[in-house]
Amino acid sequence: MARAATTADAFNAVAEPRRREILDALADGERPVNDLVGLLDLAQPQVSKHLKVLREVGLVDVRQEGRQRLYRLNGPALKPIHDWVKEYERTWSERFDRMDAVLDELKRKDEGDGTDDK
Amino acid sequence: MTSSGTAKVTLPGDKQILITREFDAPKELVYEAWTTPELVRRWWCGERGEMTVAEIDLRVGGKWRYAMIANEGFEVAFHGEYREILPNERLVSTEAYEGIPDPDEHAALNTLTLTEVDGRTTLAVLVEHPTQEGRDMHIESGMEGGMQEALDRLEQVAVSLR
Repeated sequence: MARAATTADAFNAVAEPRRREILDALADGERPVNDLVGLLDLAQPQVSKHLKVLREVGLVDVRQEGRQRLYRLNGPALKPIHDWVKEYERTWSERFDRMDAVLDELKRKDEGDGTDDK
Repeated sequence: MTSSGTAKVTLPGDKQILITREFDAPKELVYEAWTTPELVRRWWCGERGEMTVAEIDLRVGGKWRYAMIANEGFEVAFHGEYREILPNERLVSTEAYEGIPDPDEHAALNTLTLTEVDGRTTLAVLVEHPTQEGRDMHIESGMEGGMQEALDRLEQVAVSLR
């Protein structure tokens, strides 16, 4: 099933490499937009555009402090992505559990037919 | 539950995902279970569905194709080509998910390595996406079909925030 090209959820928002870089930068703590401009070597309008997308899906929060707007990562919004990785891990765990059963059988067969090719 | 435990998934690089697991069996048997169609049929689906296709032409340049009908009713299929074969030790192959446009263009390169110590074998699968585009496409394609994707350091961030 194709996903919409819009940035409707966290997955779409993080599909853009520069937005992932912003999230990585914010993982270390709150930052004003100018910090991000310097870190990413991107023009301020571009950074602002990415931040807008990230705010729309809730991955980033903003607060005003004096004349600065400070951006921070909203961890819980990453949960769907974390869940995906966990699901991926679970898929492989299920496969490997079944492989255990297959291997037990192969081991018994090896012992059973008396051949030893070691 | 055995002490072999669960699969461990880590993200060693921006375009990589590494899956590891220890088995209480010699590497010859793990390799046999990994490369024999009748045996692959018994484990590849996990608890997710029924395997409908398990084709393996185990030679360099040979093709493979796996397909399953998921419990939810849809088909999930992957295919690829063997690039390097060192029996019982190492197997390099491509892996394309058929659920996206131009699957082969975005195929990942998978390297299986088997390391045996005292009769126990550590299996490792390193999945590498060739391009940023391929990786991003997999993210765009979403959750369907067990997409094989490393999400940069985001997963680690998510774990640290749990």
